[in-house]
Amino acid sequence: MAKLTRDDVLKLASLARISLSDDEVTEFSEELSVILQYVEQLSSVDVSGLKPTNQVTGLTNIMRKDEVKDYGYAPQDLLKNVPQTQDNLLKVKRMIA
Amino acid sequence: MSGIFEENSSAASRVWEPITTLAAKVNKGELKAADLVEKSLQLIAEKEDYKAIIAVTAERALERAKAIDEMVAQGKPAGRLAGVPFIAKDNYLVFGAETTAASNILKGFTAPYQATVIEKLEAEGAICVAKANLDAFAHGSSTENSDFFTTKNPYDQTRVAGGSSGGSAASVALDLAPFALGSDTGGSIRLPASFDGVVGYKPTYGLVSRSGVVAMASSTDCMGPLTRTVADAAVVLDVMAGRDELDSTTIERDPAGYVLGDVDLKGKKIGIIKEYMGDGMEPGVRKCIEQAIEALKQAGAEVCEVSLPSISLALAVYYILVPAELSSNLARHDGQRFGYSYPDAKDLAQSYEKSRGLGFGKEAKRRIMIGTYVLSSGYYDAYYKKAQTIRTKLIQEFEAVFQDVELLIGPTAPMVAFKIGENANDPLQMYLADIMTVAANLVGAPAISIPCGLSDGLPVGLQLMAPQKHDRSLLELAKAAEGVLA
Repeated sequence: MAKLTRDDVLKLASLARISLSDDEVTEFSEELSVILQYVEQLSSVDVSGLKPTNQVTGLTNIMRKDEVKDYGYAPQDLLKNVPQTQDNLLKVKRMIA
Repeated sequence: MSGIFEENSSAASRVWEPITTLAAKVNKGELKAADLVEKSLQLIAEKEDYKAIIAVTAERALERAKAIDEMVAQGKPAGRLAGVPFIAKDNYLVFGAETTAASNILKGFTAPYQATVIEKLEAEGAICVAKANLDAFAHGSSTENSDFFTTKNPYDQTRVAGGSSGGSAASVALDLAPFALGSDTGGSIRLPASFDGVVGYKPTYGLVSRSGVVAMASSTDCMGPLTRTVADAAVVLDVMAGRDELDSTTIERDPAGYVLGDVDLKGKKIGIIKEYMGDGMEPGVRKCIEQAIEALKQAGAEVCEVSLPSISLALAVYYILVPAELSSNLARHDGQRFGYSYPDAKDLAQSYEKSRGLGFGKEAKRRIMIGTYVLSSGYYDAYYKKAQTIRTKLIQEFEAVFQDVELLIGPTAPMVAFKIGENANDPLQMYLADIMTVAANLVGAPAISIPCGLSDGLPVGLQLMAPQKHDRSLLELAKAAEGVLA
């Protein structure tokens, strides 16, 4: 049975790139354990002979021509929500040390 | 109790005429689009204390109304929805206001393009007047997870409006506009429709484009309308439905369209979902559902009980698959390209972690972490793959019962609208509100909630489900049912 410790929660938060307050770590270790215990009822279900379902449309490989389309956006329109820009580029923290 | 709905609880709006009537009158010049928009904006201002609306798009709406009135003056057709105001859930990208998904992390975000659905509605002359409140990123059943405020139930301001499309449902119940748009990943259109006494319709998965709507769980997200009547829902669907090359999961529309004929319930085979009629239901809800079943029988429907044994597992399946998918979809909110960005980060890792940690609300973080857990190495087979396989089992059970009946019915929710704050500290209890709605999303079936009476003054919803792609027949049967329940 899943019982998440504080360390488990911190590891998950780090995988998900989310900083948590100390209170949140405590709270989440309780709450996530309860939720995981609920979903664990599935472990006893017999699914032999069945395949997983990824999607329900029955569609396969929707193809279209690979061509450039002009939607009429100016670069500034697409950059207006970016927190930091420079010369029409996104500005981010250094990626390679 | 607010007491504004003492009579006429589930009938058509007393403020707005049917959508086709409104549009016809605008096209004939008998009504002005500008007057309809002004009326809607005025009602929004008057009913502000219900907190259904995040922002109005007044300036753009009035400009569009003026353009439509000018077209009509020049004798040009202005579309099947000419001048009809509507309200979009704030996870639809719409020009004229921010799109926040009721989240702090997207505060200030303005759309560089519009959702396909909005484009299609605008092409037929409909006018978006406002953006409705929701649980942030559509995670919730009450709008209490909105990062901004909680929408109040139009029937009782101490109760929730339901969620996640609670602002949309309350807007329609309060007559702020003739229709509203919602999104339904596990019941987010139908549940608030049930709590607020309006019609909420989730189409077949893929029938309506998801392009330009903030993604939650891509394999179950469905866009649909909330309206006062089934006929209005069908009119809106008829404009929205069909393939979209910007969403490769969309399917072809029914060549016959979705304009409803009149059908007789006589001889229609309807199955009551046995598993939904168990002990968990509130007595007042049970009474309304049983009366509705009796009314359908009186109208000549052949009603029988059917069993879907795996349906009781649907919520557990849902709370594995959906957090998994949304944890992936919400990865794009990283503080670099749009949305909140932590200003004092010392490096890239801290920028990601602080932007997400401070930008996301508690429920989004909770779900991202559940999703991360069930997808993580060593757990994937036990949780995610197992849930997907049980999804197959559920699909097979639905296929089997639809050999015998053409429609499934049951309650939309086992309860009426609960008190604000009642479930706030118990996430699992909150999730259980969706127990009767998630199955339709997992199997991709169309489903609708229609009002079927009041329990102690609070609305109860009857849920109807049909096989995939049988949207028109579902809507026709729902319209017939609506007629006998009134």
